[in-house]
Parts: sequence; structure tokens; C-alpha cells
Amino acid sequence: MYDKQVRRRRAVLALLVVVSLILLTAYFGESAGSPLHSVQRGVVAVLSPIQDGASRALKPVRDLFGWFGDTARAKTERDQLRKQRDQLLQEVAGYRVAMQENAQLRGVLGVDDSSGLRDYRQHTARVIGRSLDNLVSDRLQLDAGSGDGVRVGDPVIGSGSGPNTGGLIGHISFVGPDYAIVTLITDPSSAVSVRVLDNAGDFGLMKSSVGNPLDLLVQLLPRNAQIQQGDIVVTAGSRSSSLESLYPPNIPVGRVTKADPLELDADQQVHVAPIADLRHLDFAQILTGPASASGQQRAQVTGGAGGP
Amino acid sequence: MNRGDGYQLPLRLAALGFLTVVVQIAAISQVTVFGVSADISPLVVASVGLLAGSLPGAVFGFAVGLFVDLALVQTLGVSSLLLIAIGYGAGRLRELRDPAHGLVPLVVGAAATGLATVGFALMQFLLGVRAPVSWLLLREVVVTILIGSLLALPVYALVRRIVRGSLPQDPRRRRRRAYTTGGLSPLQRPSAGR
Repeated sequence: MYDKQVRRRRAVLALLVVVSLILLTAYFGESAGSPLHSVQRGVVAVLSPIQDGASRALKPVRDLFGWFGDTARAKTERDQLRKQRDQLLQEVAGYRVAMQENAQLRGVLGVDDSSGLRDYRQHTARVIGRSLDNLVSDRLQLDAGSGDGVRVGDPVIGSGSGPNTGGLIGHISFVGPDYAIVTLITDPSSAVSVRVLDNAGDFGLMKSSVGNPLDLLVQLLPRNAQIQQGDIVVTAGSRSSSLESLYPPNIPVGRVTKADPLELDADQQVHVAPIADLRHLDFAQILTGPASASGQQRAQVTGGAGGP
Repeated sequence: MNRGDGYQLPLRLAALGFLTVVVQIAAISQVTVFGVSADISPLVVASVGLLAGSLPGAVFGFAVGLFVDLALVQTLGVSSLLLIAIGYGAGRLRELRDPAHGLVPLVVGAAATGLATVGFALMQFLLGVRAPVSWLLLREVVVTILIGSLLALPVYALVRRIVRGSLPQDPRRRRRRAYTTGGLSPLQRPSAGR
């Protein structure tokens, strides 16, 4: 009698373990539309209303327990935030002193402190044409030309009120009387000197990657650069009269989407997505003004002039 | 014993298992203490094993584990395997030792929680889920075991209250009945030689 009970117990145990292993193996090897997954979805569908009801019914209990946890956590956070506040107050005081000293020193040295876009007039133009194949040539045609003061080399930024309408989109590479051609930053021939707004402000050269123009590559970066995903990339610009940049400094260009330390060490590059939605632009702003006076010279240097 | 008594225990265990999983998912999992949430399913399974024996413990563990995996859209069989071991182990402890100390459920609950936590992490790791092995993970395991230990006694008392009337062989109940229905304890019983 006892032996029979033992054998039965062991047999049931073995059966349960085997069934579990079969379920595990079958489920793990199945696709999402397989019978076991379908059964699981059915059970979840049946259980969902019950869980919803139970969740509502048990909410006061959850809230009660949550209140204890929240109180303890809030006290901890309060202490941490107080420490942060004190640190930030010290930093703000330091920054204010540094800003005052900076302004005084700039005044003493007579440094031009005008930044980027303030030097430029902005002319809004409508996009009236696009290149057919953006893998080989990525250009736009605008309805503003030399008659509107547009010159070769003028920077062009996105226009509009949407979240993805700002940011650098390219430069004027050809000007007609009433139209202009914009070579986008995603064009294979385009290269923009940029600065990554990480802790060190590393400089690099941004180009489009082969086969995927919207995946921009910032190259020639330091191998040990501490760049992280999400860092903003802006135009580097140059205020030197001997080596003037095509773009004014500090125009937002993109956001780092991938910063792999191995890739950074081997190829000195990170991946960037443009801020402006280059595939859905209806308007663009051409930055005209004093800085584009030498646009023809720049076009000769960069070889940017040409037809669409 | 009438005919309906044979179904009492399975019915009660089925209701207990269903309620355990629903309450666990709808309420207990959503409350975190020191960054972790309690898991009462191994405690309930261990309690059933301690009260009803190894076979009901293993079957109950299998059923609750399968239900948990189904409801949480997890890989089927993972929780079942762990809870079978917990239910069977607790039941074998009862059958072999029949421990009467009041703190036994606490120790068994802590062991069950530890086995469930570590075992689940280990099985996920074996199934290819990337999980960083760190001090943070170790801390979470320790805190989970502590919380499980705290809940073990109340959960055991609740489970005992639910299944008490349907247990076929409860040694303590048998002993109590002997003393309270006129029987003498071994200390009071006169020796045969006198």
C-alpha cells in the first residue's frame, strides 16, 4: 500500500515536470501566432475584465500601501533635492560672476559678440521642387532668387511652427532670377563643420552616410569623445575672416542617435538624425544679409554652384 | 465522510489559486517596498504543501504557475516548474518531519521566496533574456526574501483557514480530537503494568 502511494506520488511529480518542460519548450520555439500563444491571448482576454475589476476594487489597499512607500520616498527625494538646490545656487552664483567677467573682458578686448543668426536677414521661401533621387542628389528648389537678395552660399534653415521644422537644412548652391536651388545637408556632396554639444564640445565634419541620407555621420571626432545619444549637434561656424565658414555658428543641425564607443574608437564617428524634417518641408528660410556678401567667393571655393 | 467531501479540497484549492493570482497581479505586484514588490504565489503554494502534502502541493504549484504564466504572458512552464518544486518540497517536509514549531511556515516561506526569485532569474537567463548580474540584483533578491518572510505567517494562517475543513488527514487535528473527545494523552494514560 505504501509502495503504491510512493509510486503514484513520484509518477504524478514526473508527469507535472515533463508537462512543464514540454510547455516551456513548445512555447519558446513557437511563433506569435501559434496555438499556445493563441490560448494565452484568449486567457488574457478573459482575465482582463476580472483583473480590471479586481484592480479597481483593490485600489484603496494599493493606495494605502503606496502611501507608506511614497512618504518614505518623498522624504528621501526632498533631502536629495535640497542638496541639489544648494549646489545649483553655488553654481549660479559662479556663473553670474563669470558672465560679468566675460562681458568686461570682451569690452576690454573689443571682441565681436554677435552670434549667428542675428547677423542675417531671413527670407521665407516656398519649396517648389525636389530632386527625384535623394540617394544621388538631395536638393530642393525654392521660389526666391537673386531678385530677392538670395546669393550662392546662403544658409537655409527649416521654417514653420511644427516640432521638426527648425534646424539647418542646407545652403544655396545655385541662384536664378526668381528661384534658387538648395543643396541639403543630406546630399552626398554636402559637408558641414559641426560641434557636438557634449561636455567637451567636440568638433567634427558631418556627412550623409552611403545608402541612407537621413543617417548623418559626424566624423573626425576625438577617439575618446564622451558623446552620448541625444546630444545636440550645431554648426561650428567660423568668425575668422581668412577661413569663413559657410554656415553661421550655433544653428541646430541634428541629434545624436547612436554613439557606439567601439565605432568612435575605430572610425571616429557618431550617427546623427537631422532636426528638420527634410522630407516634409513646405517652406524654408534663407539667411541673407551681410555675411553672404562674399557668397560668390565661397561658392568658388566649395564648388557648390551648379544646376539642380 | 459523504460523497461531496472528496471534492472539497480541489475546489477550495482551485478558488484559492485563482484568487491568489488575480490579487497578486491586480494589487500586490503594483505595490513596491524598497523597490521590489512581494510575490505571494510561492508562499501560498508552500503553505498548501505544508498543510495538504506533497502531491496536492505539487499539483497546486503546477496549476498556479501555469495560471501565472498565462495571465502575465510569460513563457509557459517556467513558473510551473519552480512552483512544483516549492509545493512538493514543502509537502515532503510535512510528510517526513511533520514540524510543529510555529515558525516553520516563516522559514519555509523564506526558502520558497528565495527559490522562486533566484530560480526565475536563472531560468530567464538560461532562456536568453539578458539580465545584468549586479549588486543591485542581489539586493533585490535579499529584500524580496525578507518581504516574503514577513508575509509568510499571515499567508499560512489564511491558507490554513481556507483549507482547514477539507484536509483528509491533519495530524494535529487528529491529536486534538483524541484529547478533547475523552481520550487520554500518553502522559495521563496508566501504564499497562500497573
